[in-house]
Amino acid sequence: MNEFQRRQAKNRVIVVILLVMLCVYLFPIYWMFSTATKTKLDAFSLPPKWVWRPQVENFRNVFYVGGGGALGKVKGVEVKPKPSAFLRQLGNSIIVSFISTILATFLGALSGYVFSRMKVRGKDDLLFVVLSSRMLPPIVIAIPLVMMYRALGLFDTLFGLIIMYTVFNLAFAVWMMRSFVDDIPIEYEEAALVDGYSRFQAFFRFIFPEMRVGMVATAIFSLIMTWNEFTFSLLLTGERARTAVPSIAHSLGTAGVNWGHIAAGSFLMVIPVVVFTFLLGGNLIRGFTFGAIKE
Amino acid sequence: MWGSPKGEIRLGEIQNTWANRVSDKGMLYLFLLPTFILLLFLVIFPLIWSLYLSFCDYSANTANPPVFVGIRNFSFIFQQKEVWDRFIVTGKFVAMAVIVEFFLGFFIAMLLNREFYGKSVLTTLFILPMMFSPAVIGKFFRFMMDTNWGIINYILGKLFGMPKIAWTTSYEYALPSIVIADVWIWTPFIVLLSLAGLSSVPKYLYEAADVDRASGWFKFRYITLPYVAPILLLAVLFRTMDAFRFFDLVYVITEGGPGYSTQIVPFYIYKLAFSYWHTGRSCALAYILLIIIIALSNIYITYLNRLRRA
Repeated sequence: MNEFQRRQAKNRVIVVILLVMLCVYLFPIYWMFSTATKTKLDAFSLPPKWVWRPQVENFRNVFYVGGGGALGKVKGVEVKPKPSAFLRQLGNSIIVSFISTILATFLGALSGYVFSRMKVRGKDDLLFVVLSSRMLPPIVIAIPLVMMYRALGLFDTLFGLIIMYTVFNLAFAVWMMRSFVDDIPIEYEEAALVDGYSRFQAFFRFIFPEMRVGMVATAIFSLIMTWNEFTFSLLLTGERARTAVPSIAHSLGTAGVNWGHIAAGSFLMVIPVVVFTFLLGGNLIRGFTFGAIKE
Repeated sequence: MWGSPKGEIRLGEIQNTWANRVSDKGMLYLFLLPTFILLLFLVIFPLIWSLYLSFCDYSANTANPPVFVGIRNFSFIFQQKEVWDRFIVTGKFVAMAVIVEFFLGFFIAMLLNREFYGKSVLTTLFILPMMFSPAVIGKFFRFMMDTNWGIINYILGKLFGMPKIAWTTSYEYALPSIVIADVWIWTPFIVLLSLAGLSSVPKYLYEAADVDRASGWFKFRYITLPYVAPILLLAVLFRTMDAFRFFDLVYVITEGGPGYSTQIVPFYIYKLAFSYWHTGRSCALAYILLIIIIALSNIYITYLNRLRRA
């Protein structure tokens, strides 16, 4: 065996080790899926059933509640399924995540452009203020906010949650978009300015379209983070505007703890995140360092 | 006729619109104002208010207005042994979690840092746990860690013949349970940053070292480490800050118990504010936490900017 072959063999062994580690590492996700698709009896049986017939029962029960959990005919009376609270909360999660993400990405793109290209007095301080709004513990803001929201009638409203999440994502969006604008050659605007466009026109006609890749990455990140957010939703909402995550934390409000339900609900929360993470691809590192490290 | 061909810009068309009359300065304000109004309304104003409340005796669930008491809340907090205990719990949690994440994450990154088919998919799969909601994951870990019918005890028993451990409900294992969930979620963060650091090492350095027949350890110590160290420091700093910010995992796994054994500081503030209704005191403690975070994030941002320029 020569040097090259030896290295290749070593590589192959390491890839196999990695695959084994990955299987162990992602076991909880597999277990979540299996608990969600097993019957109540099978979910708790030890030794665990490794082969089972997948059930959609849990998913259906997460979405719809019949009379006492039973659907179909009970004592000759037709029990109509009603949408559950979780279904509404999942809807809230979707509405709140999407609207606040769009707002934050757009506003972040505007501010990010200014911070990247224009002279701003006290730029570093302003950027620090923006980022520290992201760094500070949610609980610190949440205490006065709960009082403020109650006084203003924003408590337990989707609108209140949306503006809070917009701010929550804004700091991130500003920093991300600034780093993406940094990557756009400055000649684009210079050419437009020479042609007689104002800076404002040049931005919307030439720069804004160039920022779309960055905006998509920023938006996906914000979407995931809002989708996952726990503290603000827990503290700023009650019955009506609650999102899905704190609801899962509170066992979906079912009597007793039905782990099949929780697993099904959790699995539904996790799947979109998997899809979006793969969409992000190479922008992951950039997102987690607020645009400082690019791949 | 000298009509301009399609697509060519005619100056008159550009200049006779309102958009052309927006000055640079006007644009700057127009673009920054929405962001800073939102920040002012939802971050800065609440912070000022809670600063005021931290000097008051106030309970948000009564009708009594806040009574100014000076620094009494702060002196009370510093005198309480329980508060110090919570800081110690937080410190233990941060130390355990960050150390395990650091070594595990760096190890995985070292293994991933080579060329092979399907590398990007495998890397993304390793990154996934970090993208999930800690509250959701924590809840499920609680299920898996159940003493009697949890899968973790079952596997440990089968593989190593270990006796059943009361993970989330015993004094000994409650904090480690949270650490395990935290490690599961946040190790990918170290993997991600380590990979970025490892890929920034110029290949020719290794080739030069190979020519000189340098040992693997030498290459790691004198080539890899110096390049990766700044990013690793960043990662550790970020994780430390995070541990001071969130309480999702504690909330869903142990709810601070048993006793106070897993009440990390942010969770304690939450309890103070929304269970015991000591609003004034909770604001005071929140401000102490805030100062710690600002100090840490100052270092963090300085480092970020240095990396940006590099």
